[in-house]
Amino acid sequence: MTKTCLTFRDLTLGYNSHPAIHHLDGTIRRGSLTAVVGANGSGKSTLMKGIVGVLKPMAGTVVRAPGVRAAYLPQQSELDRSFPARVVDLVSLGLWPRRGLLGRYTREDRDAVSQALMAVGLGGFEKRPIDTLSGGQLQRTLFARVLLQDADLILLDEPFNAVDTKTVGDLIALIKRWHGEERTILVVVHDLELVRQNFPETLLLARQPIAWGETKETLRPENLLRARRFHEAWEENAPWCEPDDHKHGGHAHDHGHDHHHGSGPRAA
Amino acid sequence: MMETLYGLLIAPFADFAFMQRALAGSLMLSLGACPVGVFLMLRRMSLSGDAMAHAILPGAAAGFLFYGLEILPMTIGGLIAGIIVALGAGAVSRFTIQREDASMAAFYLISLAIGVLMVSIRGSSVDLMHVLFGTVLALNNEALTLIGGIVLVTLVSLAIFWRALVAECLDPLFLRSVSRLGSPVHFIFLGLVVLNLVGGFQALGTLLSVGLMMLPAAAARFWTMRVEPMCVLAVLIGFASCVAGLLLSYHVSLPSGPAIILSAGVVYFASILFGTRGILRARIVHHRHRTA
Repeated sequence: MTKTCLTFRDLTLGYNSHPAIHHLDGTIRRGSLTAVVGANGSGKSTLMKGIVGVLKPMAGTVVRAPGVRAAYLPQQSELDRSFPARVVDLVSLGLWPRRGLLGRYTREDRDAVSQALMAVGLGGFEKRPIDTLSGGQLQRTLFARVLLQDADLILLDEPFNAVDTKTVGDLIALIKRWHGEERTILVVVHDLELVRQNFPETLLLARQPIAWGETKETLRPENLLRARRFHEAWEENAPWCEPDDHKHGGHAHDHGHDHHHGSGPRAA
Repeated sequence: MMETLYGLLIAPFADFAFMQRALAGSLMLSLGACPVGVFLMLRRMSLSGDAMAHAILPGAAAGFLFYGLEILPMTIGGLIAGIIVALGAGAVSRFTIQREDASMAAFYLISLAIGVLMVSIRGSSVDLMHVLFGTVLALNNEALTLIGGIVLVTLVSLAIFWRALVAECLDPLFLRSVSRLGSPVHFIFLGLVVLNLVGGFQALGTLLSVGLMMLPAAAARFWTMRVEPMCVLAVLIGFASCVAGLLLSYHVSLPSGPAIILSAGVVYFASILFGTRGILRARIVHHRHRTA
């Protein structure tokens, strides 16, 4: 059994030929719990989409270790809340990896759904229509679905938005439980205090990785300052990035390219 | 009393073969089209159904142009035109930034113009009326077999792809993250829409066949919070509208197609008012509330 869960090779992801993640190299260890932090537009969500495969890379690859199943909780869900479904219907979608298109839901499956709801503090919410849930309750419902997916790789994109403090505590506990079960977890978070307290590893992004490794090291003031100087806007006439125009090596170093990309981080 | 009722409700069907065929045809159509309509509505594509109905016209017209008023060529023509428009509009919306409503509008308008052009090249206005409004009272064996086949294909496809279809409506991004079925299911569904519209146009005409698809679905939405009962209810409303419409058309000698759709329209308005999620109920319940 390999130790690596995810490998990024020269990964560039983006939109309309503008990179949002630029030449990312590195690996995610199996069973690691990593926070992904960075300013708005620094490529956090884009990286999540790239890993789960809903966004195709512009260059390079993301390689999942064979047999690794991913569960993904997006920041902007495309969930249609007006759809006539109950909480149990929504959470049951998480049975897809197990039951697929045609497999029948068994007694155990239904119990598993109830247990997942119980685990996020929504026991007894099975029959509630989803359009009657509050924002935080909906978020917990989606957590229950992730729980049910029973995935080896869990990607959570800003899961604590619109969630009250007590619920954040509950959800963190759940994440730590997953961590204890040797699942690989990546979480996009904004609250650095939360990261320092709960996440062993951190990836600090500003289109390129600014720092990547142990949380205490990554979140040092000089790194945060560098990340803050990152230039968010696209530049229409940014030069094309040539294949041999960059170096890339292992992660946790080589974040700043030593040449000037029009679209890369720049000194203010 | 019983005899009057018999005369009003049963006799038209018992005595006339053409009424039996009309009943069989329209009931079968409801069975397939109403659940498809429910999903169209839930995917907020209610007007796409209408657009597709118009899009079918040039295909049907081409069949009519080459073979005259024959069901099979017109149906196949309609099917081809519908699939081209559905795939074209679907592909444009999936692979470009344009949303499906705009691409669908563009495709169906082009298609409709071609259709009207073709019908006017040859047909008299009587023929045009037939293509546009259909004649449920003149369904022959060929047409009934065709409708039966379409219903069978529809129900089997719905049964197989049910879970994916619900997931694609409820949370498309989630479906994409666990399965590659998202796009195929979307196109299969559009295919079913076309199939059922084509099945309906011999009976109800290209313009009204979408009515039997959408009105029962829209009415059923006011009664239930879940998809499965909604589909069943839509089918039942479709059945009731067909029976009522055919009887109305028999007794008052109205054109059958509009009579069926208007019956469904009556159920729709009644549902708006009296449905468990309708206007009156919402007003009454709002005055009282529980403690938690």
